Amino acid sequence: MQQRNAFYSTAPPDAHDRERLDNVHPAGWRNPQPAGRYSLVVIGAGTAGLVAAHAAAALGAKVALIERDLLGGDCLNVGCVPSKAIIRTARLYAEMRNAEQYGAQIPGDIRVDFAAVMERMRGIRARISRSDSVHRLIAAGVDVFFGQAYFTGTDTLTVDGTKLRFKKALIATGARPNTTCIPGLVKTDYLTNENIFDLTELPRRLLVIGGGPLGCELAQAFCRFGAQTIIAQEKPLFLPKEERDAAQLLSDAFARDGIEVRLNTRAVNIRVEGGQKRVDLVSDDYSTTVAVDAILVGTGRIPNVDGLNLEAAGVDFDTITGIRVDDFLCSSNRRIYAAGDACLEHKFTHTADASARIVVQNALFLGRKRLSALTIPWCTYTDPAIAHVGLYVRQARERDIPVKTFTIPMHDVDRAIADDEEVGFVKIHVKEGTDQILGATIVARHAGDMINEITLAMVAGIGLRTLAHVIHAYPTQAEAIKKAADAYNRTRLTPRIQWLLRCWLTW
Amino acid sequence: MSNESLINEQRLDRLQRAAFGYFLQAVNPANGLIADNSRGNSPASIAVVGFALSAYPVAVERGWMARSDAVEHSLSVLRFFRDSDQSGSPEATGFKGFYYHFLDMHTGARVWRSELSTIDSALLIAGALTASMYFTANTPEETELRELVETLYLRVDWRWSQGEAATIRQGWKPECGFLHYGWDGYNESIILYVLAMGSPTHPLKDDSYEAWTATYQWENLYGYDYLYAGPLFMHQFSHAWIDFRGIRDRFMREKRCDYFENSRRAIEVQREYAQRNPHRFAGFDENCWGLTACDGPSNLLPELADEPRRLFGYAARGVPYGPDDGTLSGWAALASLPFAPETALCAAGNMLQRYPEMLTAQQYTSSFNPTLATANSSAWVSDGHFGLDQGIVVMMVENYRTQLIWRLMRDCPYIHVGLRRAGFRGGWL
Repeated sequence: MQQRNAFYSTAPPDAHDRERLDNVHPAGWRNPQPAGRYSLVVIGAGTAGLVAAHAAAALGAKVALIERDLLGGDCLNVGCVPSKAIIRTARLYAEMRNAEQYGAQIPGDIRVDFAAVMERMRGIRARISRSDSVHRLIAAGVDVFFGQAYFTGTDTLTVDGTKLRFKKALIATGARPNTTCIPGLVKTDYLTNENIFDLTELPRRLLVIGGGPLGCELAQAFCRFGAQTIIAQEKPLFLPKEERDAAQLLSDAFARDGIEVRLNTRAVNIRVEGGQKRVDLVSDDYSTTVAVDAILVGTGRIPNVDGLNLEAAGVDFDTITGIRVDDFLCSSNRRIYAAGDACLEHKFTHTADASARIVVQNALFLGRKRLSALTIPWCTYTDPAIAHVGLYVRQARERDIPVKTFTIPMHDVDRAIADDEEVGFVKIHVKEGTDQILGATIVARHAGDMINEITLAMVAGIGLRTLAHVIHAYPTQAEAIKKAADAYNRTRLTPRIQWLLRCWLTW
Repeated sequence: MSNESLINEQRLDRLQRAAFGYFLQAVNPANGLIADNSRGNSPASIAVVGFALSAYPVAVERGWMARSDAVEHSLSVLRFFRDSDQSGSPEATGFKGFYYHFLDMHTGARVWRSELSTIDSALLIAGALTASMYFTANTPEETELRELVETLYLRVDWRWSQGEAATIRQGWKPECGFLHYGWDGYNESIILYVLAMGSPTHPLKDDSYEAWTATYQWENLYGYDYLYAGPLFMHQFSHAWIDFRGIRDRFMREKRCDYFENSRRAIEVQREYAQRNPHRFAGFDENCWGLTACDGPSNLLPELADEPRRLFGYAARGVPYGPDDGTLSGWAALASLPFAPETALCAAGNMLQRYPEMLTAQQYTSSFNPTLATANSSAWVSDGHFGLDQGIVVMMVENYRTQLIWRLMRDCPYIHVGLRRAGFRGGWL
C-alpha cells in the first residue's frame, strides 16, 4: 500500500505548501517535555483529535495531542478541503462550456491550466490550515507531540521514546484508503486521495475504480478538466447507500459530462505494458481491457488501528471496522475512547467533530451522551450534489415504520428554473399519518446547504406542518422544502374537511 | 377535455385489430415463435410470445381468427417450448423452466448472449395460462394445449430464481450465473411474483413477496399519492392479465389504495409531468404523454449524429427523473384505457390527430419524437413495430371493452393461490 508522508510528498514545495507545512508539521519541531499525567491524551490530530484537544483544553483539562504525520488529518490535507477546491474550478469549466444554456457566449478559448487549478487548491489549503495549526494548539495550552504513539499499558503510552501517562485517552487515528482488493494494483503506481492532490499534470486518460463519494466527486472533476475518464463501479448504481433515484440522476449527469460509466463492473487485473496501465474489467459475462495513464482507487476506507499496540492497552479492535466502542464511544478499556473514522461507520468530517465532542463530555465530565442520538447529514459534492439525513425509506420499512415521501422535483422550484439547475429533487420522508420527519434526500446543485434545514428540523423535533409556516426567502432553491411541507398540508385536507370548508364559505 | 379528440368505437377496433395483426405478420409458423420487432433479422422474444398467446383468444372472440388457427398457433409454440433444450448451455433455449430472453426465430436457440429472463419467462407463462383458460373445449387439440401449459408452468423452478436472495433475481447467464443488477422498487413484476407464489411445484419462500414490497416507495408527487415507478409500462404489464380492482395486498391495504387505482394516478403523474415539460420538448402537454420503455432516436443513427442533445435509443423512459429525450409512445396512452378511459382516449386521439405519422401500416410504431421534426415538419418516428407494444394494446383495449383477459385469469387457480399467498384479499378474490 502506498503510504503518504508529508516529507515524501511530491507536491510542489511552493510558498503555499511551505505555509501549510509550517502550520501542520513545522520543520525542526521538537516535542515538549511531558506533564506528569494528562487529563486527556489524544492520538491523531485530524478533525476528531483537534476538536477534542481544543474543547478539552478550553475547559481546563491538561491535554496532549499526538500526530504521526500532519495536523488537520485527511480533511485538510488530502480530503474535503482540496477536493472541494478543485471541484469548484471544475464546475466553473463546465459552466463555461455550457454558457449558451445561460444565454451567454462560450469563451473562445477554454484551456484548462491544471497546474493553476492545483496551485489555487494549495493556496486555499494553506489558508485553512491556519485554523488547524500547531501554533493555535500551543496557544490553547495543548502539548503537541509528533511521532508514532505506542501503548505500553492501560494508562501509558510512548511517543518518539517519551512516556506519557493519562487519565483518559482518545484514539482518533482516522482511516486510510482500502486498496488491497485489486490484483496487480500494488505493482503499479496508482492514485488515492492521499496523493492525487500532489499532481501537477492532468492525466490524459483516467480510470476511477469505485463509485463511492470520493470516486464520484473526483471522476466528475477530472473529466471536467479534460481527462478522458472511465468510472468502474462494482455495484449496479453509484453511491449504493443512497436512494436509487438519486444514484440514477448521478449516472445521467456523469454521462452528460462525458464520463464513461461502467456500472456492475469489477477491475480484476491491472498491469503495466508499454508505459500505460492496462486494466481488465468484467461485467457479468462481458470482459474488456482499458488502457489508461492513471488509476484512482476509491474503494472504501479502513481504520488506522495498526502500530498502536492496542493489545497492551486492552482495547478491542477489528481491522475492518476499527476500534470497538459502545454507544458512549468508550472502548473495552474504560479509560480509552475513540472518535472519528477510527471507529465510526459514517466516515465524515462533521461526524468526527460531533463524536469528539461526545468523548470530551463522556470521558472528562461523566457525561452520558450517546452516538446513536446524533442526527447526521451527509453530502456527496457531485453536480448535482446528493445529500441525505435520517432514515431511508428502506430502513423505515425494515423497522415497520409506515412511511410516506413528499417529493418536489427541482423543476417545480422557480429559483432552480431561473438558475437552470432543475436536475434533482427534495424528498422528505415522514411517518405516515403524522408530520414527523424520518429522513430526507436532496439531489440538487446546492443539496449540501439545503439538507441543513431538514437536519435542524429533525434535531429540534419540528414537523413538516411547522415547516410549512416557515417563510422562505423567494426565490431560493431551499423553497423546495417549503413546497414539500405545503404538499403535506394539502394531504390534511380530507374530503370531509374540504366539505366542511365549502359549507363554511358558502354560509 | 374535447369530445372531438375521443377515439370512437370503430377506430378503436381498427387500432386493436392492426395491433393484433403484428402477431400474424411476425410469427414463424413452423414453431410459433414471434419476432421481437418488425425489423429484419429480429430474434424471437419470449415475452412477445406470451402476449401473442393472450391475444389469440381476443382474435377468436372478435372473429379475426378461426379458433382452430388460434389453437394451432398456440400448440405450435407450446410444443416448441416443451421440447426445447433446457440444459442451460449457452446455445440452449432455457434452464430450470425459464427461457432466454431472445431466441433464434428458426432454431429457438439463445441469441445475443441474452439472459435467462425471469420477468419475460413470467410473461410467456402468463400468456400460456391465458390460452389454457380460454381453450377449454374437450377436443384432442385443446386438451393437449392445456396439458402443455400445465407442463410448462409446473416445471418452472421459481425458488431457484431467488438464488441466495430474498427476492427474485432479474436474470441468469451460463457464463456468470445470476446477474447483479439491482431490481428494487415497484415495477411490472407483480405477475412474476404471483405466478411464482402460486406454483404447486417450486413456489417462492413465504416472505419473498413481502421482501420485494419492502423496497416500494410511496410518494406524494405533483399532488398525487402513489406507488412510484417511472416508466408507464410498469403500471400496465401485470394489469394486462390480472384485474387488480378492489384486491389489495398488505401494502395497498395500509395505503387504502389498490394497484389499479395506483395506475390511474400514475397516468395523472404522467400528464402533470408532460404539462410541466421541464426539458421544453415539442409536443408535450396534458394530452400528449407516454414516457415508457420503447425504441427511440439515438445519437448513433447517422441522421442524428450531429444532434447535440443526448438521445437514448431503446430505453425505459420515465417520469419525473427520466431519462427523457422528448420521445413518447402513442400506444402507451391507449394501453392506459382501462384505468382512465376518458383521459386515455382523449390523449390517444389527440396524439394521433397531431402526429398521425406515429402509425405505419395502421400499427403503432414504438415511439415518436416531435422535437426531432424532419424537414417536412413531421415528428421523428421509430421505424419499428415492437411485439410488446402491440400486445399490450390488444390486451388492454380488450380489457377495456369486454374484460376478457381479466375474466379468464380470475378463474385461473394458480393466479388465485399466488395472489392469496402474496397477501391479496378482498374484491373478486
